[in-house]
Amino acid sequence: MKFLAYLVSGISLGSIYAIIALGYTMVYGIAKMLNFAHGDVIMIGGYVSFLAAKNLGVPPLVSVLIAMAVCTVLGIVIEALAYRPLRSAPSLAVLITAIGVSYLLQNSALLIWGANPKAYTPVVSGTLQLFDGQLSISYISLLTVACCIVIMVALTLFTGRTKMGKAMRACSEDKGAAQLMGINVNRTISLTFAIGSALAAIAGALLCSFSPALMPTTGSMPGIKAFTAAVFGGIGSIPGAFLGGILLGVIEALARAYISTQLSNSIVFAVLIIVLLVRPAGLLGKYTQEKV
Amino acid sequence: MMLKAENLNVYYGPIHAVKGVSFEVSEGEIVTLIGANGAGKSTTLKTVSGLMRSRGGSIEFMGRSISSTAPHKIVELGIAHVPEGRRVFTRMTVEENLDMGAFTAPVGGIESARERVFEQFPRLKERRRQIAGTLSGGEQQMLAMGRALMSTPRLLMLDEPSMGLAPILVEQVFDIIAALHKAGTTILLVEQNAEMALSIADRAYVMETGRITLSGTGKELAASEEVQKAYLGG
Repeated sequence: MKFLAYLVSGISLGSIYAIIALGYTMVYGIAKMLNFAHGDVIMIGGYVSFLAAKNLGVPPLVSVLIAMAVCTVLGIVIEALAYRPLRSAPSLAVLITAIGVSYLLQNSALLIWGANPKAYTPVVSGTLQLFDGQLSISYISLLTVACCIVIMVALTLFTGRTKMGKAMRACSEDKGAAQLMGINVNRTISLTFAIGSALAAIAGALLCSFSPALMPTTGSMPGIKAFTAAVFGGIGSIPGAFLGGILLGVIEALARAYISTQLSNSIVFAVLIIVLLVRPAGLLGKYTQEKV
Repeated sequence: MMLKAENLNVYYGPIHAVKGVSFEVSEGEIVTLIGANGAGKSTTLKTVSGLMRSRGGSIEFMGRSISSTAPHKIVELGIAHVPEGRRVFTRMTVEENLDMGAFTAPVGGIESARERVFEQFPRLKERRRQIAGTLSGGEQQMLAMGRALMSTPRLLMLDEPSMGLAPILVEQVFDIIAALHKAGTTILLVEQNAEMALSIADRAYVMETGRITLSGTGKELAASEEVQKAYLGG
């Protein structure tokens, strides 16, 4: 029963990683860049929903919707101001800029909201008791897993069925050819950042509901873990991000429970290294073969 | 005049790839640009479709300047460009590739455009659900051409459609080009296979190291001594 409890906590933690990883992987797939500021957008999402709930007194769902709106705009603005001018610059320049944006967001949060942790009120509370109380699952865990599945299905349908979603896949494979189809590549990249950032806001609210201490650095570690999850699953692949996120969460939870709390992060990253040695493209990543 | 390019100068960094090139295409014509590898033919096409920019000079399409129009807007105006190396979306199905070609078309017209393309390329219909990356080179060329036709272009630009294809497929591709022309599509064709290109072209330009060195009707150039020597192995 204990194992089941650890597994459930791993899956729900992994669901948060997966939601964040989807943002990383979509942006990477289309803009071919690692948006290291993605984790900090999560933190901004956390603050916005916290402040909306506290100052405006709106219900949790509305506070999350407000956070999604703010983060969507933030994502579009970051892309337009920081990354778009570097579209044809070497990838190292873009990477360094992304790290710069990350610090900018963290330090802006520090200036505006201070370093003291805020006590985030979980979006839902309470636990579900199963097997005569032997297994208890918090409602926030259930909500997180449900959110992750809904997002995953929605994104799969979006990229597989809709015109804009297909245009995204086209841009991700060949921007020049996509332009020749009449696709506006800049607008498609903006849309990707918008979706990724809205997901980051959801992840922010869920994350802070699990560990309620909200600080300017709240997004950093989950951001890096989710990036790991995206690489683990195969960066650029949407199902890969999902699988990578869940596996990472489960490995982390089990390592913490059965091996060592202190070593859990090291174990997570060791597993990543081993997977990449065996499958350099990640679990579901694939090399594209082109026929000439 | 449908397309009128004047004094194009295009650079890759310090390399001056296209040097003062001017040419025109009238409605209903097949015009070909022939020349050796690296002569600047592909770059010229890329400049027309907006992927590259000319320093100075002008490009007019249907009487309207397009020299600073965004590439996706140029497609909307009616220029479709089948790029060198086909560049189909290898991870998408044949049908999805075609739908991308109709990106600028009104939603209602996609079905009929697709049916028309399937009529021209029955092979694509057979393979409509197949992932494009698994098609043969010839089929990918058909797909690239079909995809470009999905936008019902006024001007179709083809870059090396015969490249890497078996001789029998090369003939097939040229038959299709001739059929498209007969059906009223204006075509600007870039080719290294000068013999085939000149045989179907109304007019032709010869490019050498970034410049247009000769021009005339397809017949004139096919008969010219210089072209015979340099490109036709005569």
